[in-house]
Amino acid sequence: MATPNPEFYKEIAENGGAGVTMCFQCGTCTAGCPSSKETAYKTRKAMRMAQLGLKDELLNSDDIWQCTTCYTCEERCPRGVPIVDTVVAIRNIAVKNGKMYDAHKKTATNLVKYGHTVAINDDVKAQRAKLGLPEVPPTLLADDAALADFKKIISKVGFDKLVE
Amino acid sequence: MAKYAFFLGCIAPLRYPGIEKSTRVVAEALGLELVDLEGAGCCPAPGVIRSFDRTTWIASAARNLALAEKQGLDIVTICNGCYGSLFDAAHELHEDPELLKSVNEILAEVGLEYKGTTKVRHFAEVLYNEVGIENIKAKITKPLEYQVAAFYGCHFLKPSKIKEIDDPENPHILDDLIEATGAKSMPRQKKTLCCGSGGGVKAGFPNVAKAFTKTNLENIQASGAQYIIDVCPFCHLQFDTAQADLGFSIPVLHLSQLYGIAMGMDAAELGLSAHKVPVTL
Ligand code: SF4
Ligand code: SF4
Repeated sequence: MATPNPEFYKEIAENGGAGVTMCFQCGTCTAGCPSSKETAYKTRKAMRMAQLGLKDELLNSDDIWQCTTCYTCEERCPRGVPIVDTVVAIRNIAVKNGKMYDAHKKTATNLVKYGHTVAINDDVKAQRAKLGLPEVPPTLLADDAALADFKKIISKVGFDKLVE
Repeated sequence: MAKYAFFLGCIAPLRYPGIEKSTRVVAEALGLELVDLEGAGCCPAPGVIRSFDRTTWIASAARNLALAEKQGLDIVTICNGCYGSLFDAAHELHEDPELLKSVNEILAEVGLEYKGTTKVRHFAEVLYNEVGIENIKAKITKPLEYQVAAFYGCHFLKPSKIKEIDDPENPHILDDLIEATGAKSMPRQKKTLCCGSGGGVKAGFPNVAKAFTKTNLENIQASGAQYIIDVCPFCHLQFDTAQADLGFSIPVLHLSQLYGIAMGMDAAELGLSAHKVPVTL
């Protein structure tokens, strides 16, 4: 049987999910959640698990990663529970515990390398030129000093290590 | 002339440059000056990067906010994801002096400081609230007779308690913006349902994302709409790339592209060759 773990709840709270204590389990969130309709993830249940600090159940399942952060639940929650922040808190802890899907790692690696979540390529350069736009957009892609600054921030917060 | 720092993000400039181009042309026609936010990076993506590490997310967002602050300009974005990230990050930083202080310690590494003065705006909301429907109508040179689906996406209006743009359950602002061109926004079921791609779901669980998209496409098809009009390159990407697999073929246009058409832009300037679902005008 699952064992409540107040220490894990505390960790969720420290990562931005403190408000989950407000949840009184009405289920309004699950009822309107498009992900709860399509997957095994159930918003109300996840909020209860967060309150109880059910660490293994939350971290060893795909469920918490099925939320699209659409905020439908939060708009309707009668208790003002910060549901998305709670989901994000649990995900942050999962990542700190070494859990990151390969597809997500790819996006994160792009960010570390390019300062953007997708890479530029020759095809898009040609399309841009045809439209009369600069081949490389005027972001940090066109500014080495800005990209270097961005990378300094990334290594200061340790995101490069987290993604490795 | 109202002036904004133009925040490009990732998907528009790097996958659908026609959205960027149309925005530039349309803004100029409507008297909005867009100044490139040079050196900006990813917003960074709220669903993925914020899910991985909040500190990385807010520090990178704060860098973008600080770059705009240095120019003395508010930010305008053409993407719900960028809007979600930058607006939410600004909100947190403006409300929480301790957080602002700790983020500034990170920014100090690159000689930046964010004082907390940048406002973040969505292009669609600027069109509605600053330009106004009547002024937009006056600039329409080629009134449209399309029947279309208004696709709001999620982070344009939500969380509504901080964004306060429109009723997230029964919104009208995008419908009004669309109808200013003469096009008709068709009523449909589940109009505010998520496209499915947010929160890292598109990358991590593409079939789950597609299930959301399919429900949307069925409702859009049933409404009689000929085009999907979005205000987000990420919703745009999802609708444009998922349809072939799902057996649909409804062309997808960003609001800026729709406005470009209605303001007489040449089809070649709209960047439609980047679209997977062929667009015939
Ligand atoms: S709607 Fe709010 S109070 Fe009700 S179960 Fe969901 S999170 Fe808890
Ligand atoms: S934000 Fe997540 S939990 Fe809430 S309704 Fe949307 S998908 Fe469901």
